[in-house]
Amino acid sequence: MKPRNLFDKIWDSHVIRTDKDGTSLLYIDRHLVHEVTSPQAFEGLRLAGRTVRRPEATFAVPDHNVPTKMLAQGITDPIARLQVETLDQNCQTFGVLQFGMGDIRQGVVHVMAPEQGIILPGLTVVCGDSHTATHGAFAAFAFGIGTSEVEHVLATQTLSQKKPKSMRIHVEGRLAQGVSAKDLVLYIISQIGTAGGTGHVIEFTGTVLSDLSMEGRMTLCNMAIEAGARAGLVAVDEKTIDYVRGRPMAPKGADWDRAVAAWRQLQADPGASYDASRSFDASQIAPQVSWGTSPEMTLPVDGHVPDPAAEPDPVRRGSIEKALSYMGLQPGVAVQEITLDTIFIGSCTNGRIEDLRSAAGYLEGKKVAPTIKQALVVPGTGLVKQQAEAEGLDRIFTAAGFEWRAPGCSMCLAMNADILGPGDRCASTSNRNFEGRQGPGGRTHLVSPAMAAAAAVAGRFVDIRRL
Amino acid sequence: MEPFKTATHLVVPIDRANVDTDAIIPKQFLKSIHRTGFGPNLFDEWRYLDRGEPGQSCADRPRNREFVLNQSRYQGAAVLLARDNFGCGSSREHAPWALLDYGIRVIIAPSFADIFFNNCFKNGILPIVLPGAVVERLFQETLASEGYRLTVDLERQAVTTPGGEVLPFEVDPFRRHCLLNGLDDIGLTLQHLTEIEHYERQQRQENPWAFLPQGA
Ligand code: SF4
Repeated sequence: MKPRNLFDKIWDSHVIRTDKDGTSLLYIDRHLVHEVTSPQAFEGLRLAGRTVRRPEATFAVPDHNVPTKMLAQGITDPIARLQVETLDQNCQTFGVLQFGMGDIRQGVVHVMAPEQGIILPGLTVVCGDSHTATHGAFAAFAFGIGTSEVEHVLATQTLSQKKPKSMRIHVEGRLAQGVSAKDLVLYIISQIGTAGGTGHVIEFTGTVLSDLSMEGRMTLCNMAIEAGARAGLVAVDEKTIDYVRGRPMAPKGADWDRAVAAWRQLQADPGASYDASRSFDASQIAPQVSWGTSPEMTLPVDGHVPDPAAEPDPVRRGSIEKALSYMGLQPGVAVQEITLDTIFIGSCTNGRIEDLRSAAGYLEGKKVAPTIKQALVVPGTGLVKQQAEAEGLDRIFTAAGFEWRAPGCSMCLAMNADILGPGDRCASTSNRNFEGRQGPGGRTHLVSPAMAAAAAVAGRFVDIRRL
Repeated sequence: MEPFKTATHLVVPIDRANVDTDAIIPKQFLKSIHRTGFGPNLFDEWRYLDRGEPGQSCADRPRNREFVLNQSRYQGAAVLLARDNFGCGSSREHAPWALLDYGIRVIIAPSFADIFFNNCFKNGILPIVLPGAVVERLFQETLASEGYRLTVDLERQAVTTPGGEVLPFEVDPFRRHCLLNGLDDIGLTLQHLTEIEHYERQQRQENPWAFLPQGA
């Protein structure tokens, strides 16, 4: 048999049938559901008199517009409240397990699912949310879908798909001290662009991947979508198996042994080919800071914001000018001269325990600069919050001047009350710096948790390697 | 999805070209958690004199008496007669949802915007392309005679006027099959149910760990 790459193997094992035109019917093992993209899907089922085909493979959690403080008040925004209540009702009606508000497991769907052991190597996973790509860290083919596809999966446990192409991104060498998975993925996006992975599933390989923790791999795969990719993937190793072992929904006993034996096969065969390939040297990567309104507009922390005058291509010049003007930045200014007024640590990119440890590790004994109006830490889930509190991280954050909040998507997309005002400038550990993403007129700089913590203390960006 | 049946329907004419989806259903209504209930807000900005908000009852809102949907002779129409490039603009599926909720099952126009055209079929609405001159004549006949009705027969791919004139139209055979049988994308997939069940049985046997989450 022709040697297969990792994606080929997962794809092949889930194809139910393939039409003449190459469209395959793909089996979906796990379906994650949140309150924003699911109501019309459930309503569609109801209108057509259909049911959820496999409620036991479907897991729901409200996250996008749950409040992160004064929870006792409940949700005050009527539209948000209606969406969350609708999810409650739909889960009850259709028999879907939900980790509702007040449940310690509740939080950002992509932090919750691996934590619960819902995500396992070799599975297909979908969710009506683009950052489903996160779960590729477990060698699962995980991708975001639209609301009509959510309905389709609920009703049939399948999706009609054409097989995406495969791309390998190989990163050799070691990341420098203070340089994290977030810097790695921002760097990759700055190199291949936000369309660099379009139509592809990216498999990440190389020594850097073996070095990264599961949390780091999740951060990396999470942002594969910002490089335009359908999904990201990392092969299984001992770290993967150790992470999954003992999780509530993970296999047990004899099932566990069978599963582990299968998972060890989830590697590319020697000599497997890819439709595209790129290589990078990890040792060259500095801490990264996004300066513009697209994740590819990212610079090393010791860099300078581009000068449109130096850009020969008129289209690119135009987009640099537009981004600089929205971001309120002068051409050529040093990244380390950019001052901030808001700090956000959280999201499905960097809201896991390791991220909080990394930020708290830097903040211990320090204070947030007086020029910072608001500094938020939003743990990914209730369990992350509990763990952090057990380790005393919450006290480090609050002593430094951060607000310690309850889990949810929060300021990553500002659907709840956590929102930037016009012109506010935020160092954010989230994944999108689009215009208005964190609030109308708000300015987002994407960074790692440690870089966000350092920026909070200095009131401007600083090079974490030199501290 | 409701199977598409041959029927004789009242016709309502929307005499403008390039009607976009924001005119069909303005963006403030996209916050809804439903795919039904948009009917009262179909063409909201043309139909009412004030600005509509989601959740508000339309019963007492000031109406634009000039607009066709507010005229008594067009109440109960299920065929919408339109001009070129109907349904352009944003891809919102709320546009066909609103038309369907209002009661429209057929749209006749010289041309349609692409995404909207596809979204109609997915929601059980039949968009029919007829030559510009024919559509022009239908407009004149509709305006001239109150209670003007057209018979739309998808099986025979023909529209019949009250005068007995038969206007043939083209439709993709696969889409026609789906509409006639009430098959949406889910219905189509469920035609392969045996294969899905076979796959599931096999998985349950060979990879029980993948098939059934523990503790679920
Ligand atoms: S944290 Fe942000 S990116 Fe992640 S699921 Fe929530 S809104 Fe989406």
